[in-house]
Amino acid sequence: MSRFIERHPIWSLVILLAIALLAWLIIAVWPPGLEEAIGRKKVFLSAVFNGITLGGLYFLVASGFTLIFGLMRNVNLAHGSLYLFGGYVGYAISAATGSWILAFIAAFIVVAAIGILLQLLVFRRMEGQDLRQTMVTIGLSIVFADLMLWAFGGDFYQIQTPAWLIGPVQLPLITAMKSSGEAVFLQYPMVRLVIFCASVVIGVVMWLALNRTRVGMIVRAGVDDREILAATGVQIQLVFVLVFALGAGLAGIAGVVGGTFQSISPGEDTRFLLASLVVVIVGGMGSIPGAALGAVIIGLAEQLGSVYIPTYAIVVTFLIMVLVLAVRPQGLLARR
Amino acid sequence: MRRVGFAVITALLLSGTAYAQEKIKVGVTATLEGTYTVLGEDGMRGHVTALNVLGKKIGDKELEFVVASTDATPDSAVRAVRKLIEQDKVQILLSPLSGDEGIAVKNFAKTHPELTFVNAASGAQETTYVDPAPNFFRFNMDGAQWQVGLGKYAFETKGYRKIATVGEDYSFIYTQVFGLALEFCGLGGKITSRQWVPLGTKDFASVIAALPDDVDAIYLGLGGADAVNFLNQYQQAGGKAHLMGGSIMIDQTILSSKGNAKNALIGTIAASGQADTWEDPRWQKFVKAYQDSFPPEKRFPSPSLLATNYYGSTMALILALREVNGDLSDNQSKLKAALAKIEIDAPNGKIKLDANRQAIGTNFVTEVVDDGKGALFSKVVKVIPDVNQTLGYDAAVFSKIGLPSRTVPECKKY
Repeated sequence: MSRFIERHPIWSLVILLAIALLAWLIIAVWPPGLEEAIGRKKVFLSAVFNGITLGGLYFLVASGFTLIFGLMRNVNLAHGSLYLFGGYVGYAISAATGSWILAFIAAFIVVAAIGILLQLLVFRRMEGQDLRQTMVTIGLSIVFADLMLWAFGGDFYQIQTPAWLIGPVQLPLITAMKSSGEAVFLQYPMVRLVIFCASVVIGVVMWLALNRTRVGMIVRAGVDDREILAATGVQIQLVFVLVFALGAGLAGIAGVVGGTFQSISPGEDTRFLLASLVVVIVGGMGSIPGAALGAVIIGLAEQLGSVYIPTYAIVVTFLIMVLVLAVRPQGLLARR
Repeated sequence: MRRVGFAVITALLLSGTAYAQEKIKVGVTATLEGTYTVLGEDGMRGHVTALNVLGKKIGDKELEFVVASTDATPDSAVRAVRKLIEQDKVQILLSPLSGDEGIAVKNFAKTHPELTFVNAASGAQETTYVDPAPNFFRFNMDGAQWQVGLGKYAFETKGYRKIATVGEDYSFIYTQVFGLALEFCGLGGKITSRQWVPLGTKDFASVIAALPDDVDAIYLGLGGADAVNFLNQYQQAGGKAHLMGGSIMIDQTILSSKGNAKNALIGTIAASGQADTWEDPRWQKFVKAYQDSFPPEKRFPSPSLLATNYYGSTMALILALREVNGDLSDNQSKLKAALAKIEIDAPNGKIKLDANRQAIGTNFVTEVVDDGKGALFSKVVKVIPDVNQTLGYDAAVFSKIGLPSRTVPECKKY
């Protein structure tokens, strides 16, 4: 951090000012002039929160994607299919048992098992052949999409939100002042906050596991140099399978999340594959903090874009990607 | 699963014509993918119901149908229609379902003046109002006609004075808001904001947050997955405003969706080319035929607007073909003449065509009610017969308003 400030004093100042401005926009009561210029504070605050919570969902999908890529150099273009399948499994379980939590557990286990099968039956046979793996995963994603269309139809499914999560909560953020001087606080959907907190917890646990545990150490060593790691006697294939299972399972969980606060239907697989590709390109391939940063940036860009420049909202995401590729092609938080 | 169902139906239709007999090939498109999948599926149910009721015989010939899938985008519709014409060699088209598709297929129809196009369900105004194709016939009303009566009911009976609208960003919803705004603003009502979201939007949270608080009601012009996503997130955000609905919003495609978010719609007023609980015997007969054609878990409790439209257009085509005894000679000129002047006794009222080959029909103002067992239906409030495309305006006045778009019409009396 301090090295960054030493090397780029001007950029640091700009970033600091931007953060201060954002904090002021969020906390302060907006003066009337500002409200007239860019609309009500409630709209802005909600868009920011929505962007961050949507970022939480993107992070869940993208973190598995980036983890698999970081360790195995394997661009798994069937990752979106794992997301969608997780959503369908979650729907089936929650519809059958009525339990939302159980839907998560089932989706994680089932999709992780598919991840294990994929690694054992497909990727292990073509280790190190990037192009072949990419083509095979594209093919698999098409096959999976049609199989799921056959099994679940073109209908859209929505996973029932548990009763205790329906409805808004009041956040201690003032959106406006009534003429009587009474403050109006922001109302925000409970379910989105819970999902965001859960993804933060998952992110932190993953970071701790990678940086503080023995298994994490092995994975990190594998990211740096697989051959040497294998030569030291670590069962690298087992590590690969575990990481693949974890990455796939996260995509499955994300499917349940997506099915709860949006909906799942054919086509969602490519949408989320694209989203996670953009997220990891912006954040840096193979980096977990990068995936988190990228996810929040893309989520914010989508939501703020849809409110303030609705016609061009879709372009904003890709503009950011183009900018990052032009200025810092390895991604914002990549190590090299 | 349902896709397989349609494949089976198509296969059955094909096998039924296996013996030597002259066939008339008809291409059908429906949105069997994407946001409007549910709408396309129910449209096809309406089509199949019509075949069950009317049969496929045209004199000594037999109808053969080829189904192609689209995703509500204009290019997917043109691709499907082109495939049906060039690869399957269909002679007649029953297409398309959605607004933008309709404009594209109408333009495409001009490149095949020898064929006949019967619109299946699309409802953008431009399709038949601007530079209509002489071989394109539309037996359903457009989005603006389907809103007739709603503005008046909202203003006079419900006492709404200020409303905001949220709609999908394409021609059909522009047309719907057009119809609503002309009537509502003409009476003195105000539309304070119009939000447009891309078709296929998943995350409505920011759109919901941007809804104004100081309005009497919010008008929703959404359909299919978008509508369900919106309602689900509206419930999560604790939304409580009065709602008004467009024709594909207050429709069985949404009222029968899974989950309880749809309960926010109870009491919502809407207008459409049909009402679920209409007493008219023609309507009741159609509902019965629809219910008898499919097992309960493979259909809605009552047909959606799409099923009704597909039923009506299939019916018009079959009746016109029978009138000319299946004669498609001379570039189908006899069929085209018959279609132009036929008057059909559709389930949702009598339908005849105007000079642009656009339907003049009956419109319904409705209110959503709970049947007591958790199923939602649209209840008739008012029936308005003989609604034409200029909505009762003088043609010269109407043409000055401009084409429906994000900002047209202005909120004033024309």
